[in-house]
Amino acid sequence: MDFLRPANWEEALAAKAEHPAAVPIAGGTDVMVEINFDHRRPGHLMDLNRIAELGEWEVGEDSVRLGASVPYARIMERLRAELPGLALASHTVASPQIRNRGGVGGNLGTASPAGDAHPALLAAGAEVEAESVRGTRRIPIDAFYTGVKRNALAPDELIRAVHIKKAAGPQQFSKVGTRNAMVIAVCAFGLALHPDTRTVRTGIGSAAPTPVRALAAEEFLTAALEEGGFWDNGKIITPSLAKRFADLCAGACNPIDDVRGTAEYRRHAVGVMARRTLTWTWESYRDARRPTEGAA
Amino acid sequence: MPDMPANGVPTTLTQGLRTRGGIGESTLRPDGTLKVTGEFAYSSDMWHEDMLWGHILRSTVAHAEIVSIDTGEALATAGVYAVMTYDDLPTDVKNYGLEIQDTPVLAHGKVRHHGEPVAVVAADHPETARRAAARIRVEYRELPVITDELSALAPDAVLVHENRDDHHIGHVPHPNIVHRQPIVRGDVAAARERADVIVEGEYTFGMQDQAFLGPESGLAVPEEDGGVHLYIATQWLHSDLRQIAPVLGLPEDKVRMTLAGVGGAFGGREDLSMQIHACLLALRTGKPVKIVYDRFESFFGHVHRHPAKLFYEHGATADGRLTHVRCRIVLDGGAYASASPAVVGNASSLGVGPYAVDDVDIEAIALYTNNPPCGAMRGFGAVQACFAYEAQMDRLAARLGMDPVELRQVNAMEQGTLMPTGQPVDSPAPVAELLRRVKAMPMPPERQWESSEGADVRQLPGGLSNTTHGEGVVRGVGYAVGIKNVGFSEGFDDYSTARVRMEVAGGEPVVTVHTAMAEVGQGGVTVHAQIARTELGVGRVTIHPADTRVGSAGSTSASRQTYVTGGAVRNACELVRERVLELGRRRFGSYHPAWATAELLLEGGKVVTDGGEVLADLVDVLGDEAVEVEAEWRHRPTEPFDPRTGQGNGHVQYSFAAHRAVVEVDTELGLVKVIELACAQDVGKALNPLSVIGQIQGGSTQGLGVAVMEEIVVDPRTAKVRNPSFTDYLIPTILDTPTMPVDLLELADTHAPYGLRGVGEAPTLSSTPAVLSAIRDATGLPLTKTPIRPEHLTTGAP
Amino acid sequence: MRLNLTVNGRPREADDVWEGESLLYVLRERLGLPGSKNACEQGECGSCTVRLDGVPVCSCLVAAGQAEGREVVTVEGLADLARRRSGGGSPGEAELAPVQQAFIDAGAVQCGFCTPGLLVAADEMLERDPDPSDADIREALSGNLCRCTGYEKIMDAVRLAAARGSEGV
Repeated sequence: MDFLRPANWEEALAAKAEHPAAVPIAGGTDVMVEINFDHRRPGHLMDLNRIAELGEWEVGEDSVRLGASVPYARIMERLRAELPGLALASHTVASPQIRNRGGVGGNLGTASPAGDAHPALLAAGAEVEAESVRGTRRIPIDAFYTGVKRNALAPDELIRAVHIKKAAGPQQFSKVGTRNAMVIAVCAFGLALHPDTRTVRTGIGSAAPTPVRALAAEEFLTAALEEGGFWDNGKIITPSLAKRFADLCAGACNPIDDVRGTAEYRRHAVGVMARRTLTWTWESYRDARRPTEGAA
Repeated sequence: MPDMPANGVPTTLTQGLRTRGGIGESTLRPDGTLKVTGEFAYSSDMWHEDMLWGHILRSTVAHAEIVSIDTGEALATAGVYAVMTYDDLPTDVKNYGLEIQDTPVLAHGKVRHHGEPVAVVAADHPETARRAAARIRVEYRELPVITDELSALAPDAVLVHENRDDHHIGHVPHPNIVHRQPIVRGDVAAARERADVIVEGEYTFGMQDQAFLGPESGLAVPEEDGGVHLYIATQWLHSDLRQIAPVLGLPEDKVRMTLAGVGGAFGGREDLSMQIHACLLALRTGKPVKIVYDRFESFFGHVHRHPAKLFYEHGATADGRLTHVRCRIVLDGGAYASASPAVVGNASSLGVGPYAVDDVDIEAIALYTNNPPCGAMRGFGAVQACFAYEAQMDRLAARLGMDPVELRQVNAMEQGTLMPTGQPVDSPAPVAELLRRVKAMPMPPERQWESSEGADVRQLPGGLSNTTHGEGVVRGVGYAVGIKNVGFSEGFDDYSTARVRMEVAGGEPVVTVHTAMAEVGQGGVTVHAQIARTELGVGRVTIHPADTRVGSAGSTSASRQTYVTGGAVRNACELVRERVLELGRRRFGSYHPAWATAELLLEGGKVVTDGGEVLADLVDVLGDEAVEVEAEWRHRPTEPFDPRTGQGNGHVQYSFAAHRAVVEVDTELGLVKVIELACAQDVGKALNPLSVIGQIQGGSTQGLGVAVMEEIVVDPRTAKVRNPSFTDYLIPTILDTPTMPVDLLELADTHAPYGLRGVGEAPTLSSTPAVLSAIRDATGLPLTKTPIRPEHLTTGAP
Repeated sequence: MRLNLTVNGRPREADDVWEGESLLYVLRERLGLPGSKNACEQGECGSCTVRLDGVPVCSCLVAAGQAEGREVVTVEGLADLARRRSGGGSPGEAELAPVQQAFIDAGAVQCGFCTPGLLVAADEMLERDPDPSDADIREALSGNLCRCTGYEKIMDAVRLAAARGSEGV
């Protein structure tokens, strides 16, 4: 095994071009487990910790460019306003020690359906900035996950950053695990309201071969909110509407039975989380409107 | 300071002379400083110049004939010093086992469970050893797997062990049953007629792992005399020694064993793990060999708690008095016997719980299957039974319309009650009182998760995962009480040895206590020093490292160490005291008549009369002499249970604890937060209250774990373990663990040293059924399986 | 490969490090610092917690090569760290950090295998937040498993360390 230590991004791209099978390691929270337990013996390990820019972020007008290695702990603390869904998801990642090391780039690279960041990224809307010596491209998050632990990266590409749409409205993230901390998702759900475009987006984790959006549920809710004038009148979302949304979210799942949970439970739990997160986000949306009403 | 006459013999009173740090005080651990600085040497911390790393190749299938093993390529790997298989074992003794020697050191011809050791490798680096092991080619011919009672006892069932010659084979109905113990007393058929209500239940207890944090590990160092020195984490050095030496072909005195730091045990270190493998490789290579399991291997490296199916029938009259209990307990012992016979003995003899019932019909069996071997874990046998009989008591209370605590109190055993085995309970059994106390504790406030800033998810079911802000959350309360035997039962010669030495060092008397007791975290070392201070009136006590240079201390199991090795230390101290007083009489007897007439004590470094008069300083009494005594000590003998009726005085002592669990359940998602787990326990005498409370809280938490999350999942089609990792075998974190108020009751058992009662296991019994009862209270669901999983509370999964 | 790093304030060097080794392995087996513990080696127990450039991390998940040139504090260095933090004493004459003493006094140590990781995590939390609520303590220590104590005495120990800190003891 060789240990590559690129000092900057260009060196990393060159190394990856030369050794496409090289395994990038940043937080190490996936890769080192595989090495410690003899599940993986890559010819090359490539340390990305020396590339400072991967740990940085920029807040732009419409989006945040989040370096691939920005630790979850930093996202929780510093990007709560811009990326509330991802900040909540970050807070559910493993343990404080892991949140100090792991970042979204690793979640995307591993592309496990159980990765905590995925539902939040899907709900917020994001693009993955992938780069190789051949050039840079931005992969829409919806097209990024291609199979169980497979993604759209080419062998010579590295993830440099993720461009995540800044929140224009409330976002929520919820995850079921069988322990109250330090737990891998049995299933997870992310929801983002986008009042600017009058749309909603969702993300589901651990309930299908890849992270997925509940597109039918999104379409239904977007249309229902529009038709009912909810965005303007700020009415309470009716239980029947919430239930229909929840059922459609559950229906978007394609889960399996495994040691962490049953398929039936996953579908059920995604429905419950969809209903609850819809309630929470909509309440926040209504709360945010209230001072205006009071002044009127 | 007392006045000192010219002859150096003080004669004033002992006011203020009491030796501090004796029994009853919460003295601090002698190993505490080393443990907080990182200097305490655990078995995995051992290191030796030029040491090699051992690695074990384990079976990838559960049940198969071994067609061939090819080690050629492994041996040819650079950096490899030895590769050993069954064929390389040096003597005719190729098996080991606690009671039945049925466990192969390395597989011979057949593997009987997933993860069975097949070959061992020694190399210069752990990675070299792993790579070499991966190059060993093993060809298996798979056999059908035996995974439950149905497959084990089927007419055409494959026998897990073909040629049994152990002492249980004569009384078991099938060779795939390790041991069977019926217990029959009274006339159940007649009692059944008197019952106004009868409740039946079928319960399932999952396979729990001890999940001690320090993985199996140790260092074997070859010695010049052809022997070997093993530094090891174990629960019983001498039991290991008895099993290791014959396999190595060495006399026991050439296998020296020193206890290395033990990172928890909970029963999982009663059986051997890597001990023999490390010694074999060290003797073969002539180099020190270290073996450290990783967490994956640890799940295969030790036995687990027996999963069980339990069938119960309870009858009662309308006023709540139990008429009879019938039960059948089927324990899955897995591929090798380990402690299964003793687990059967406990499950059956304690199968009714801490209740007075005259008419009982109990049967417990342990199966041989191809599942992972099961054996000792904290509370064994009694834990599984308690989960079921306490669920039954709740069910009965509901049927009768009675308060569940009151029903238990009505039937609570007390001193003088006859056990189902016919044995009278001859020391306090405050079962009703413990229930009263635990019920009287103040209830935790409601909705603690509400704050001015909204819901604090950390205090809600789901915790940090943000699943509820209060939606669906329902509170429930449940009670349970249990009974556990203390010490080794059924006629086992259960003894401990202690060597105690008193001498003068640095101008003051010093006591050294040397035992082979395995300190696994429980605090035995603290207690031994306390006993020595109390008995010998000396403040400075040194605990000698545990090794096999002193006689056996028995196992750190069965809540027995403070009782038995503590008893041995007290006994040795008494013998030392007699010798010291004799010495004093010889030297100073003529100075004071009290030497001959009074009851003499050692206190504050002096010889004093029971009236408090100081006769001499120990420094002067001892002079240059050291007084040393090594002696064995036994508790009262027990007898085996009759193999047909189960009658017999099989147990030494019982330990009782009661729990009240308060839970909040997210009833829509099936997630549970235990809000509080209160315990009342009779400890006889708390030798060290801080440690006793620590034991109770730790034991309670292990019971909580198996109530809501802990289970080794074995695939029923392949008998392979599906979750051998801390990612998927979950134990409670600090966010899963509630506040645990403890109410200690101290009713002396006059048969035991200081009146003490073994503490460690009882809290592991009743916490599980209390939590389950609370969840039933919150959800209204019957919940007959533990651990419960979210799907059991929501989608009606079985 | 060769590895250079600073551990507990001292520059250290290790040779012939296999590239797949973790920082935990290097500390324990090559640098004679076995205080950081090897309970799970998969980031699920916290017993190997060290501070890497000040940040608590699981050393089992840091590839040895990633620690090149960086500063590591292990449980063996906690007393020194505490002394430097309080601006007193000279390094080397280590007594115990307040949090270490509190763990002993509160009975938070049983088998002790989780203790080093818990101490590093608790010490860092108290450095950030000298007066934590119970829920804050639980959250900060939720990555550290203990199998012996049921955590109650650990809660007591951290509360005790915080209280002593606020009294300037």
